[in-house]
Amino acid sequence: MDYLNRLGETFLDWKQIAEVLPSLFAVGLPNTVVLALASGAIGTVLGLILALMGISRNLVARWAARAYTDVFRGLPAVLTILVIGLGFGPIFRELTGSNSPYPMGVAALSLMAAAYIGEIFRSGIQSVDKGQLEAARALGFGYGASMRSIVVPQGIRRVLPALMNQFISLIKDSSLVFTLGLLSSERELFQIGQDAAARSGNLSPYVAAAIFYLALTIPLTHLVNYIDNRLRTGNKPKEPDTAAAVVGKGASA
Amino acid sequence: MSKFDPGSLTAKGVHLSFGSNHVLRGIDLHVPQGTTASVIGPSGSGKSTLLRVMNRLIEPDAGDILLDGKSVLQDSPDELRRRIGMVFQQFNLFPHKTVVENVAFALRRLRKLPKDQARAKALEQLDMVGLKHKADVRPGNLSGGQQQRVAIARALAMEPEVMFFDEATSALDPELVKGVLALMTDLSKGGMTMVVVTHEMGFSRNVSDTVTFMDGGVVVETGPPDQLFTEPRTDRLKGFLSDVL
Repeated sequence: MDYLNRLGETFLDWKQIAEVLPSLFAVGLPNTVVLALASGAIGTVLGLILALMGISRNLVARWAARAYTDVFRGLPAVLTILVIGLGFGPIFRELTGSNSPYPMGVAALSLMAAAYIGEIFRSGIQSVDKGQLEAARALGFGYGASMRSIVVPQGIRRVLPALMNQFISLIKDSSLVFTLGLLSSERELFQIGQDAAARSGNLSPYVAAAIFYLALTIPLTHLVNYIDNRLRTGNKPKEPDTAAAVVGKGASA
Repeated sequence: MSKFDPGSLTAKGVHLSFGSNHVLRGIDLHVPQGTTASVIGPSGSGKSTLLRVMNRLIEPDAGDILLDGKSVLQDSPDELRRRIGMVFQQFNLFPHKTVVENVAFALRRLRKLPKDQARAKALEQLDMVGLKHKADVRPGNLSGGQQQRVAIARALAMEPEVMFFDEATSALDPELVKGVLALMTDLSKGGMTMVVVTHEMGFSRNVSDTVTFMDGGVVVETGPPDQLFTEPRTDRLKGFLSDVL
């Protein structure tokens, strides 16, 4: 019982949690969301470029995309963030006069996300049946136009669930930006929890931060499942198919 | 009078190799304007490859392709393909677009028709293949036979001078084959120039004006259907016919 009480006090000290809630809401949540959204958007654009390079007929482009992907997928997130943040931070500071490590955090997260998203896009695009490209070209579309308007859209649609999963990863990985030493207004969920925990010597603020993360990630996970299901079962016909009804496919009875 | 504006198609001495695999070994084929040529032969004889070389989905290593008597190898291959409609064994409809969008897509993007005009023309074309009522459904909700008829409408919408059919009924359930063959027969009777790669010997014999038998990347025999089916001259064609009939 004694142990249980001690654990309860360590993790579920309601006073501590109530104290940290306002700054989690006002500062941590927006920063975490901005970090994830910004790096997700940049990562998606870069990832699409990487995917197109990866399937291009140009050997140099393919090789460059491969090398980039191998490097950024092969490094631990915290190492990439530190190297980019601390390495390029000073140059960025001189160029812009900004003292904030925040943009470097976004940059590092984006570069990492691009490597993963690039692979997701590439596998999606390559999974599209070759007949689609052939049909578009047979109509008179060039290779580029066929890829752009027929093959790539189908590939992207197919990997939407995987993309959402990548975004969930980004929400979690954005916590690692704390290693760059953020200004107090730039702190994301994890660092606010950590600072409060360090001040009070109690771990309850971590629990509060954890609840915020779960409130973001669990609904998204279920959204992924929903999208996945919809894509798998496809769009239902608007009216029952009378021709197929005999065989039972669209039969209403 | 023909409801189409077809052209003649000629292949002269066409060669193609994939690495050391010599797939087409000097193919000659002449399809006069408004006629239907069927190409038969065992799997791997190069029939489907020949179609793809004639619309330059694959560039030939040697030889010439003539449309309406003029060589097309100097022109842009995209321009050439706009003049030749192609129908595939696996239909290859665009699954993320509705039926009418499938047909209107090239009209809008290549012919630059305004949206409503492209849709009207696509609906007209769908009506011709009896599927106007399926215009706003996705291809995935159609039977194979219906999908193939949409694919034919998609190709016809571009008002091609020649139509290619690459084993257009081979992937269909037996009871769906008839509808597609009937549509192809209509096109043939309507005066379209057609090259039909097929395993449907009935179609080949009854509908086409000429039959070409290919084996091992060469044309073994060619002539009117009666001649080829009743008096095959070569042992290879005799053997093939006894296998498939």
